[in-house]
Amino acid sequence: MTSHRRAWITGSAAAALGVAIAPGIRLIEVAQARTSGEAASAKVRWGLLIDTSKCDSGCDACVKACSDENGLQSAIEDRQRPQWIRKVMLTEVKTGRQASAPMMCQHCAEPPCVDVCPTGASFKRADGIVLVDRHACIGCRYCMMACPYKARSFVHEPLANQRAQVPRGQGCVESCTLCVHRVDRGEQPACVEACAAAGRGAILFGDLNDANSEIARRVRALATQPLRADLGLDPGVRYQGL
Amino acid sequence: MSASFTAAAPSEVGAAPPAAPPTLPSPADEVRRFWAVAAFGALLVAIGLGAAHFMETHGHAVTGMSNQIVWGLPHVFAIFMIVAASGVLNVASVGSVFGQTVYKARAPLSGLLSLALLGGGLFVLMLDLGRPDRIVVAATHYNFKSVFAWNVFLYSGLFAIVAVYLWTLMERRMNRYAPAAGLAAFIWRFVLTTGTGSIFAFLVARQAYASALLAPMFIVLSFAWGLAVFLIVQSAMYAWNGLALPVAIQRRMTRLLGIFVAAAAYMVLVYHGTQLYATKLHGFERFLLLDGGVYPLLFWVGYVGLGTLWPLTLLLAPSPLGVRGTVLAAALVVLGGFAFLYAFIVGGQAWPLDIFSGYTASSTFMDGQVDAYTPRLPEWLLGLGGLGLAFLVTAVGVRVLRFMPQDDFARFDLAAGQPVATTGTTAARKG
Ligand code: SF4
Ligand code: SF4
Repeated sequence: MTSHRRAWITGSAAAALGVAIAPGIRLIEVAQARTSGEAASAKVRWGLLIDTSKCDSGCDACVKACSDENGLQSAIEDRQRPQWIRKVMLTEVKTGRQASAPMMCQHCAEPPCVDVCPTGASFKRADGIVLVDRHACIGCRYCMMACPYKARSFVHEPLANQRAQVPRGQGCVESCTLCVHRVDRGEQPACVEACAAAGRGAILFGDLNDANSEIARRVRALATQPLRADLGLDPGVRYQGL
Repeated sequence: MSASFTAAAPSEVGAAPPAAPPTLPSPADEVRRFWAVAAFGALLVAIGLGAAHFMETHGHAVTGMSNQIVWGLPHVFAIFMIVAASGVLNVASVGSVFGQTVYKARAPLSGLLSLALLGGGLFVLMLDLGRPDRIVVAATHYNFKSVFAWNVFLYSGLFAIVAVYLWTLMERRMNRYAPAAGLAAFIWRFVLTTGTGSIFAFLVARQAYASALLAPMFIVLSFAWGLAVFLIVQSAMYAWNGLALPVAIQRRMTRLLGIFVAAAAYMVLVYHGTQLYATKLHGFERFLLLDGGVYPLLFWVGYVGLGTLWPLTLLLAPSPLGVRGTVLAAALVVLGGFAFLYAFIVGGQAWPLDIFSGYTASSTFMDGQVDAYTPRLPEWLLGLGGLGLAFLVTAVGVRVLRFMPQDDFARFDLAAGQPVATTGTTAARKG
């Protein structure tokens, strides 16, 4: 990891706790919540399981929660404003069956966005979360060209009212962080919580590497699939009912 | 520059004397004209910088680009210039690698144009970044897996190699190293254009781009675009200096352009042919070639009609092409190049990604929709700024250093009003 990345990760965690901690301190690796300054563990693979049968096409609680949590409010047109998570309305071509699902960065194990990034600003943490170091991103948008899921947004406008724990930057590219600042405190991503609070529970968050976790058990037991499985990118987000 | 083509017009009729002797500017006039030309180039550069500054302060919201069409008009300008920068070196390569004297005499101009175009292209590419102020980050942090990072090496390498090559050409004591330097430049530019093609070819998820044919296609396109730019500049320079390009040389170079244009069209045909072979790409190809609105228009009318068929009829016609005809054909090839790249780059992104196979999709993020992109003023001005930079570097380079071909002037003897063929350098007014 470069010092940039370390600064980004520890910086966001430190800001959340309101304490300044020297970067680079590594404590023993644990599987769940990390303390500030502790490196992400490769033993963990954070992921999401999205049950499209529970997703309500009229609901956008996850999108709202993401926007509030990460300070994404924007007044510019849809095609330019950042959307870390979006609701996609789907119609099966053969049958006409309707479905809806949230779509965000799939946190690929083999992320093309990371491969193409010229400066290394796009990177994957040991626990599988794919992030953009906003201090190293030059805004070339090559990662946006490379992402098969159209998961990334370019910040097209000057920013105001940023959240302390979610640093953003005009002219940089960004995408769903899996609410890394919450995950590192042992919490769930904001969209997951909001979906549960809305009574749907369509998004399940957890450690895919932990055989006893709810998400690992469901992925084992049910027919779930990654999007664009043909590309072999091993996304951390899986879909059920598509 | 273009105002003075009349001075060289007699070459169109070969050795026949002109009806009226052309008027050449006096040295004082010529200096004034040079400054006017340089000021024009500098003005374009300043406008480009202003546009970039505007985009940086207001954000890319002031452009037509979006989260779907992330590379727009600036990339069309940048990639045209970078590809042409590689292709224009072909003139030097034909001279030094294949030992053709006519082309050897043009190697310095070819090298200069390569540097000028590369500079112009990078100007646009860099200033269109979201954070152009972080260019140092790009120069110091490399991700060696990234095709983009390779290209940063390839571009700076081309600058260095061409600079050394020019030095070996222009400094007598270094002349013996010129063939080696020429060979290095020859190889390097192949790799460079392969790199440019690969920027797109490695985008596995995009219907428009994931094709191994892109690198060779871009190499052949670069030959045509580079030579076209070369012929335009060469004609302008001869006219500027009151010189006429010998008909034999002109005919040879225009034929070569014809061959390159035809070869490029063949590569484009094969590329679309292979795309059409894959059933899952039919929707996209249909969009790009048939019902995608502005993109098929640019492809068929712009690239195929204006940029390929028309210049081909001019270039390969049995009767020799005059200066005006050459410039027209070359300009059409350049226009066709822009049309091709616009359809390729913007059209390729306008078409939605196929993420949910078997489903039609819709969302606030343009899923399943064709994005409508209209370039806005700052994008045009930034692109023009890059062209202006290439123009300025060429004008100044030609003036300060001796980049004119030195072997084949047919200069007008003003007193007699007759064209006089000379072979030495003395007859040439120093360009
Ligand atoms: S979904 Fe896109 S942005 Fe997210 S990790 Fe995969 S390639 Fe990168
Ligand atoms: S836009 Fe930023 S994160 Fe994306 S490839 Fe370029 S430098 Fe990397």
